[in-house]
Amino acid sequence: MMAEPTATTDIWVSGTEAPEVSEWMVAGTDEGAQEMERDETVERSVEQRGSRVVDDWVVDDTVDDDERMIVNMGPQHPSTHGVLRLNIELEGEIVRRVKPIIGYLHTGMEKTAETLTFLQGGTNVTRMDYLAPLHNELCYSLATEKLLGVEIPPRAQAIRILMTELNRVSSHLVATATNGMDIGALSMMMYGFRERELILAFFEKTTGLRMNHNYIRPGGVAADLPDGWEEDVAEILERIPLAMRDYEDLLKENPIWLGRTRGVGIITVDECLAYGVTGPTLRAAGVPWDLRKSQPYSGIEAYEFDVVTGSRGDVYDRYRVRIGEMHQSLRIIEQVVDTMPRGDYKTADRKVSPPPRQRIDESMEALIHHFKIYTEGFKVPAGETYVAIEAPRGELGCYLVSDGSGAPLRMHTRAPSFSNLQALPIMMADSLVADTVACIASLDPVMGDVDR
Amino acid sequence: MSGDSSPGPPAAADEVLASLSEAVPSAEAGHSVGDHVIRVPAEDLARLAGAARDHGFEMCSDITVVDYLGKRRVRFEVVVNLLSVRHNRRLRILVPVPEGDPEVPSLVPVYPGANFLEREAYDMFGIRFAGHPDLTRILMPDDWMGHPLRRDFEVGAVPVQFKASPRVT
Repeated sequence: MMAEPTATTDIWVSGTEAPEVSEWMVAGTDEGAQEMERDETVERSVEQRGSRVVDDWVVDDTVDDDERMIVNMGPQHPSTHGVLRLNIELEGEIVRRVKPIIGYLHTGMEKTAETLTFLQGGTNVTRMDYLAPLHNELCYSLATEKLLGVEIPPRAQAIRILMTELNRVSSHLVATATNGMDIGALSMMMYGFRERELILAFFEKTTGLRMNHNYIRPGGVAADLPDGWEEDVAEILERIPLAMRDYEDLLKENPIWLGRTRGVGIITVDECLAYGVTGPTLRAAGVPWDLRKSQPYSGIEAYEFDVVTGSRGDVYDRYRVRIGEMHQSLRIIEQVVDTMPRGDYKTADRKVSPPPRQRIDESMEALIHHFKIYTEGFKVPAGETYVAIEAPRGELGCYLVSDGSGAPLRMHTRAPSFSNLQALPIMMADSLVADTVACIASLDPVMGDVDR
Repeated sequence: MSGDSSPGPPAAADEVLASLSEAVPSAEAGHSVGDHVIRVPAEDLARLAGAARDHGFEMCSDITVVDYLGKRRVRFEVVVNLLSVRHNRRLRILVPVPEGDPEVPSLVPVYPGANFLEREAYDMFGIRFAGHPDLTRILMPDDWMGHPLRRDFEVGAVPVQFKASPRVT
């Protein structure tokens, strides 16, 4: 693009004439503007940025073997969110094929579940998805209760919703924080973990532990909310929206962030459905599918909230969906605080929960009853069931089979991270190798959940 | 362990189940604790899954196996959980699989998302999914012997090499 020579007279101080525009000067100007090759390579660069995935890419046999390279990323890589290994086939800078290799964190939790009673099972499942332990407990408890057929008192249900929605906020905070860190926004990491600490402190006060709570149990919850919980939750409700305004300043219109996330790692609705992808990834593609709305559980249908969706299905939309979901979760929590019912925090059904403490002092039978529930566990009628809830990463399912004894015959967890990870090769097909970490981070996989 | 004894049918008239049973005559529709289930022999699984997908079940959300060792005549049961986002409903397919020939057709051609799920089922129970593009172990190490979630695979049956520690006698 030729510069207009007349315009330079304004700043030409040494003489009366316009400077002579030489070939050298023009070339120098164009190079600085980096406009020389854009027209020729725009097609290619769209493809490279991943905003257009060419699905019917045919392997070009003429490509020199030297240009193809298999790279192992992980299993110990800071941005793989745990011990995930990716086998990546590169052609120059472009990722052609990806194979996730998992199992490094497999600890046989489904096998362990068969040796634990239904009451003990909560300690096991809570360790699967360690960023959303309460969702795991809730899903397992709901499956057990479905087989038992017990009624859960309204207060226990409200406490469950309060705790799981707080957990969703803390989990999405980690997702956003690590997503930022992986792409280079290190401040986001600090901010996200700072606010998460607020929620974990409340969890510690309520359940005794920051993680792996075993708080939600078949029949209700382990203990009532602590004294002064309203003030703690009110502080969370006040401070997190303020902090989220900081995140918006930091990322929402940040040109570097936009450049690294817009049009990157696109997945379409059809691909999501075919590969069993759920949660924020599916919603970012544009489907308003949220099990809290479509198949409500634990009385969540009583609260008002919206399902946040995106439209492009890229990394940026997934980030926006998570931010939106945090706002909606806070909205639910606010309503739970306002409408928290009084009453029992666990079921009065003596099949499942032991007699109250005072009765044990008075009655021998009550003592025996208490003892038997905690040693043998309660018996669950024979049957099989599948219960699914909306965990922060998608559909978390529990397939539970009982043969009528005190321990499950089979406990299987449908882990959202496990199914979502299958979509990684689709997202990364023909994108740049630098976008790999952006794609992984946007899926928010928890390897404890993947491998179980 | 039969599910039919559980609380009544969730929906009275169900055209989808009737239509599926019509498409695959060997399929037997029923209920289990309020859920729709269909029992089908292994050879008709792929046909039933294809028909289910055409009836709007676009997602295969879960595939797993239950080992009924000593509880039932047919030892294994493959459990396929389908989800229809469009119609907001679920369907569970139960496939009995004998111990002698644990093989069922793969659902990967119908539901690409069955890939990891079937690999896990193979890894944990040794069920072979005929036609699967890459039926290898997924969670256990490649050289692992046996299938750990089978009921006769005991906890602690495999000696694990720990660091040598002084033996207390």
